[in-house]
Amino acid sequence: MHLRFVFLFALLLVGCSSTKQETAQKSSQPPTPIDVATAGTITGTITFSGDAPKPEKIDMSQDPACVIGTEPNFSQSFAVDKGKLQNVYVYIKDDLGNRVFATPSEAATLDQHGCRYVPHVMGVMVNQKLRILNSDVAMHNIHPAAQVNQSWNVSQSPKGDPIEQTFSKPELMIPVKCNQHPWMKMYLNVSPHPFFSVSRRDGTFEIKGLPPGVYTIAAVHERMGEKTQKITVGAKETKAVDFAFTAADANK
Amino acid sequence: MEFHLKSPHTSALTYNPAYHRFTIFLSVCVFLLIVAGALVTSNDAGLAVPDWPTSFGSFYKIPPMVGGVKYEHGHRMIAQFVGFLTIILAIWTQRSDSRPTIRKLGWFALTLVIAQGILGGLTVKMLLPWYVSTGHAMLAQTFFSLTILMSIFASRRWIETEPQHLPDVAPVGLRTLSLFALAAVYMQLFLGGAFRHGGMHFLPHIIGAGFAAAILLWTSIRALTAFPQVRPIRAAASAILGLLVLQLVLGFGAYLTRIEWGKDAAQPRMSMVLTTVAHVAIGALLLAHCFMLSVYAYRYLSSRSLEPAVARGPKVVTA
Repeated sequence: MHLRFVFLFALLLVGCSSTKQETAQKSSQPPTPIDVATAGTITGTITFSGDAPKPEKIDMSQDPACVIGTEPNFSQSFAVDKGKLQNVYVYIKDDLGNRVFATPSEAATLDQHGCRYVPHVMGVMVNQKLRILNSDVAMHNIHPAAQVNQSWNVSQSPKGDPIEQTFSKPELMIPVKCNQHPWMKMYLNVSPHPFFSVSRRDGTFEIKGLPPGVYTIAAVHERMGEKTQKITVGAKETKAVDFAFTAADANK
Repeated sequence: MEFHLKSPHTSALTYNPAYHRFTIFLSVCVFLLIVAGALVTSNDAGLAVPDWPTSFGSFYKIPPMVGGVKYEHGHRMIAQFVGFLTIILAIWTQRSDSRPTIRKLGWFALTLVIAQGILGGLTVKMLLPWYVSTGHAMLAQTFFSLTILMSIFASRRWIETEPQHLPDVAPVGLRTLSLFALAAVYMQLFLGGAFRHGGMHFLPHIIGAGFAAAILLWTSIRALTAFPQVRPIRAAASAILGLLVLQLVLGFGAYLTRIEWGKDAAQPRMSMVLTTVAHVAIGALLLAHCFMLSVYAYRYLSSRSLEPAVARGPKVVTA
């Protein structure tokens, strides 16, 4: 009985240490060179058909600092404009092999403006700096409720100094909340590679610099979940891929 | 077991109106604290103040009471006040009450309020894990029930009237039933808290509601039909019946506003907040009344094993 526990404990230790070693090895490996001359591009549009849930007007009266000089605030979960869907995170889901990608030196920026997060959905690479600004005269707290990465919760004074954080593991759609203003919510994606994008107001997205190959591409929406497609990107090719969401997806 | 809470020296015990009023005041404050805590959760403000035991780095400065801070820091301020009152309760009980059990209860109340404060801090530090938040909710209602019991034990009726030993000859006596009722309400408290704090689906709480309602109905109807002449038992059982109906209605209301109509809400709506906070508050009252009924059942009734031989009638031995 005791031997079995010792064995299990040893197995657990070995498992933990090997995972840590793999992560450390991968982060210390030099980036895999990508031939820019043959790299392809994926472009596309996210559409929404049917009746989308109407944006809900936010009542910000509980904090006067949120109301001063700002336009009305609406929920951003279903940002549909003329059948085009904004705020969908599009990324290469797999088939990138064992390539290693350099972490960008420049930080990605998340702002708090008008007591809403700008942007509503964004992506960063693993270990890339996330620079969080507070352009408001209101105090905020930033609380990413991560499942894979370490969660944290810090407050930021009105127009306070920027906060910089990194995330060490890939994770999709981490809800980031402000518990001082319960309507404030955005989604952060942490990617092991740079091949991701977020659909713009007109529903379009673009992923550049992709090595030729066959990939699974995925589009994730905060409420409607993920849709995937298999695509082949040739050398120097610009491939068009569209994703279609419907009212049925919204009502699931 | 008899629930007399009298020592051989309690013949000198006299009713202390000031102490009694203080215990009632404490119970009211704890009830308000539970409402304040429920407002924190319902407004998703549990982490609006990210640090503990300080608030934004200070022990005494009051931050701007806006947004979620209003709920979270307001809850902390009431909690500090209740903690202070509980220290007074423990000391006052020690000095003024000659019953050893009651003295111990005073110190037990202080231990509970300290544990409750630590659980509140832990849930902030650990970013609201459901099991800590649920434990915080359950301990809050237990503490509230304890303060209610303290005020009952300090009351004139409790001190100046003698306990009775009415026989309870039913196969499942009211003493046992009242303990079942307590267990059922605690189970519901756990299931409801676990759902509210994201640790469990709502279905177990709904199934548990049916089970708890059946036990509470059985208990209160049995109390009302078998012992209508015992005023405290009748009052507690009537209150349980009324609170149960109200609680079921509020539970259904909370289900509609939060799960059916509000699951995609961009922010907590007034209807969601009102129904869930009222559901928590009535739940606390229900638990307290179950404790009261249990205590009265042990004070006024005799269990079958403790029945005097006379009440059972002479034993007939036949050859």
